[in-house]
Amino acid sequence: MSEQLLDTESIEPIEKEPGRFREALHQLKKNKGAIAGLIIIAIFLFIAVFAPVIAPHDPLSQNIELRKSAPFTEGFLLGSDDLGRDLLSRIIYGGRISMIIGVVSVGIALVFGILIGVISGYYGGWLDKIIMRLIDIMLAFPYVLLTIVIVAMLGPSLTNAMIAIGISQIPRYVRMVRASVLAEKEADYVVAERSLGASNFELMFRSILPNCLAPISVQASLGVGEAILSSAALSFLGLGAQPPTPEWGLMIASSREFITSAWWIVTFPGIATLLAVLGFNLFGDGLRDMLDPKLRD
Amino acid sequence: MTEELKNNNEILLSIRGLEVNFHTYRGIIQAVRSVSFDIKKGETLALVGESGCGKSVTAHAINQLIPMPPGKIDKGEIFFEGKDLLKLSEKEIRAYRGDKISMIFQEPMTSLNPVFKIGKQIADVFMTHHKISKKEAWDRAVRLLELVKIPSPASRANSYPHQLSGGMRQRAMIAMALASPEPGLMIADEPTTALDVTIQAQILRLLAELKAEIEMSVLLITHDMGVVAETADRVVVMYAGRKVEEAEVHDLFEHPGHPYTLGLLNSLPSNEKYKGQTRLEAITGQVPDLLTIGLWCPFENRCKYAKDICRKEFPEKTEVEPGHSIWCHQVGKLD
Amino acid sequence: MVRFLIKRLSLLIPTLLGVVTLVFFMIALSPGDPARVMLGERANKQQLETLRAELGLDQPLGTQYGLYLKRMVRFDFGKSIKTGRPVMEEISNLYPATIELAFFAMIFAATIGIIIGVLSATRKNTWIDFTSMVGALFGVSMPVFWLALVLIMIFSVGLDLLPTGSRMNVRYYFESITNFYVIDAIILLIREGDPKYLSSAVKHLILPSVALGTIPLAIIARVTRSSMLEVLTQDYIKTARSAGIKESRVVYRYALKNALLPVITIIGLQFGLLLSGAILTETIFAWPGLGKWLYHAIEARDYPAVQGGVIIISTTFVLINLVVDILYTLVNPKIRLQ
Repeated sequence: MSEQLLDTESIEPIEKEPGRFREALHQLKKNKGAIAGLIIIAIFLFIAVFAPVIAPHDPLSQNIELRKSAPFTEGFLLGSDDLGRDLLSRIIYGGRISMIIGVVSVGIALVFGILIGVISGYYGGWLDKIIMRLIDIMLAFPYVLLTIVIVAMLGPSLTNAMIAIGISQIPRYVRMVRASVLAEKEADYVVAERSLGASNFELMFRSILPNCLAPISVQASLGVGEAILSSAALSFLGLGAQPPTPEWGLMIASSREFITSAWWIVTFPGIATLLAVLGFNLFGDGLRDMLDPKLRD
Repeated sequence: MTEELKNNNEILLSIRGLEVNFHTYRGIIQAVRSVSFDIKKGETLALVGESGCGKSVTAHAINQLIPMPPGKIDKGEIFFEGKDLLKLSEKEIRAYRGDKISMIFQEPMTSLNPVFKIGKQIADVFMTHHKISKKEAWDRAVRLLELVKIPSPASRANSYPHQLSGGMRQRAMIAMALASPEPGLMIADEPTTALDVTIQAQILRLLAELKAEIEMSVLLITHDMGVVAETADRVVVMYAGRKVEEAEVHDLFEHPGHPYTLGLLNSLPSNEKYKGQTRLEAITGQVPDLLTIGLWCPFENRCKYAKDICRKEFPEKTEVEPGHSIWCHQVGKLD
Repeated sequence: MVRFLIKRLSLLIPTLLGVVTLVFFMIALSPGDPARVMLGERANKQQLETLRAELGLDQPLGTQYGLYLKRMVRFDFGKSIKTGRPVMEEISNLYPATIELAFFAMIFAATIGIIIGVLSATRKNTWIDFTSMVGALFGVSMPVFWLALVLIMIFSVGLDLLPTGSRMNVRYYFESITNFYVIDAIILLIREGDPKYLSSAVKHLILPSVALGTIPLAIIARVTRSSMLEVLTQDYIKTARSAGIKESRVVYRYALKNALLPVITIIGLQFGLLLSGAILTETIFAWPGLGKWLYHAIEARDYPAVQGGVIIISTTFVLINLVVDILYTLVNPKIRLQ
């Protein structure tokens, strides 16, 4: 409203356009949520990479005598599970698995989503029509159901869970990329490059794509969080990781029978999942706020 | 001064030394700086200037619709019928809004609520200020629509805003502003800017006719000297938050005293008087940044008459004729 | 409006056809022989042949697809391998339980979500806003099944306030009429004057509804907030204020009615998603609905049941989106009258 009253544009001091990177960095510094998200992501990535160094115990070694030890007892920082395995170590290795799932699933979705989206948007015509119909049909399935059905058909395993999640996330990138390709296709600079003899391939990936990277990166960050949640859900249902893999969803699933006796086995893997997903959501939201000029002040 | 104002029956609104600042993270934007003027009963006063000159902020300060924060009225008094509006509580000032002080806005397209019928929106204003039944409020709304010359008002009251043309919507806005027994002051914020020229003329005529029928004063905010010439009795010219000239309308057009006013008039295409001597010309240069603006004359960097003194201090008031004042170091030295 | 309806409805048939086709090919092309999977490793050749013939798997794919489509038009999903009963019959018995749960979850999510959204928007950048939005962010980041377990741990095991699962106290002799237990219980309350059924039905609904409704709640709160913030900067809000209308009325009537338009779309979309989210929630709370049933069908590789369940849920999802689109145009005068 102050803009309307004051028309700040006309009183904006004229200054040199700062570099794109510096501008982004400046925006990032102002966005506390994005920074918090980035820190959380960094911590989880660190844990994932250095899991063998950080984990105090072998995540798979059982000790029946020390089963269901409470936190801070018997040398178990977060307690032990029903087979006497160190919960903290399992959570740490679980982080490694979740990060891999997140990155691989979103990677699959990105590669196919961008490829299909660019082709659909750039070539148009009947090919575009068919692709968009297919995408619409995929979107007619609720997301969770789609992953469950795909993984049920492929057979339950961690790899198949990643594939299923990746496939389920393809439609959003196709739509996003196609829309920006359609918008950019007729832009002056593209027309100019085409007249200079740039090939279709070059045009699509060198000129058009970089212009829609912003919304894609937002979606990708949110997508990683979603993938972690979905894979945990699939494992919980027995359709993803199989025992004794220290996967968070699977850990929560196997803790179900102990909700009356050992709260820590239920609680900690869930908190780990929550935090990891929170990190990616915070970062994705922050990124969107930074890239959306409407929200800037 | 205050006593004199209270006793002066002629004056409806009196603004004294108004200062409005916007406290943003980039610093303090000095939107309005020591602006004073009066509006007499039944008079139309035009507040003229480019966008960002503080005219809208001044007007919004009257019924305190400046977004606060970041806006803040740091100094000044606004007397309405002898009462200082700035000393009222939010509840008290609300009783003035829409009743004694009403407002119409620039964008008829977006200023009416899209999900309510026109009649309902006007009736709502009635019901806010009076204890009357829904039916009665609706009937009054229809009568108002008739007053602002909307054809078949009874059925139009049942329309949604987007079903009306821009001109019709602006008429509906005016009707809404009239939804009170005594619209003492109507603030019209660029009421015709968004409209076609022909419709613009119709709306201005309507305002003039309404003024003849209803006892009200109008504070017209505009950047368009053409609109000023057609409707205003008196004019206050603002530049970069400062008042730079004040005069009766024909005095201003006959003997503009401030270089900025001169510039505004020169940029008017249909101005007979200046057609001969000067070509249509725009004022060169940039409006200064209100964040870093100094205490000297704000027009100095765009003024072809500027001397050293202009860069040192803001000029005192010079009254060239009774009721015609100019704030310029170079008064009378313009050729 | 009529043209919009026709256009929207004409899109429905190809979409549903696509859904049905996709499900068919996913199952037909999935690795492994369904008959073998269903009968287990020890089945002999004779048994396999019989089952294949029964399922039509011995026919060429094209013929299979044609037969399949014919059955789909009649909502004939065949018989469940596990129970031997018609899939459609099982679904129609179980679906009310899922719809009831999703409905209450959505009531919970929408009411609280909208309230939180409006409060944060009108108190932007205060601690209320900050807490609500951080809370909402936690809500969308939480594994629902974990939340369900934690809720059970706290409210059932710890505080012993609410039941851990199922739809009604098992000791009550209760014969369902509509399969919507709340409706049944209200009927019983009127007929017999005994409120225990209603109180039990509601108690059993609370935890699953909260678990299932948390994500939509968080999403609705966020959408309401941003929509409200945008509406509050609109000119017509300034108009209402300049007309002296009370701030509470400006917010709750003038602004909210506009701000809710996008929220309606989200509520519809989320309701459709709840039906599939119920797979997890129902499994945990032993809620005898379609979700839990579908989960067991998948586990047992009961293909006709999976097929039926997936198609019914997706069809509902598509239909809900259609209804929401139509509803949206009905509440938005701008579109309605064009």
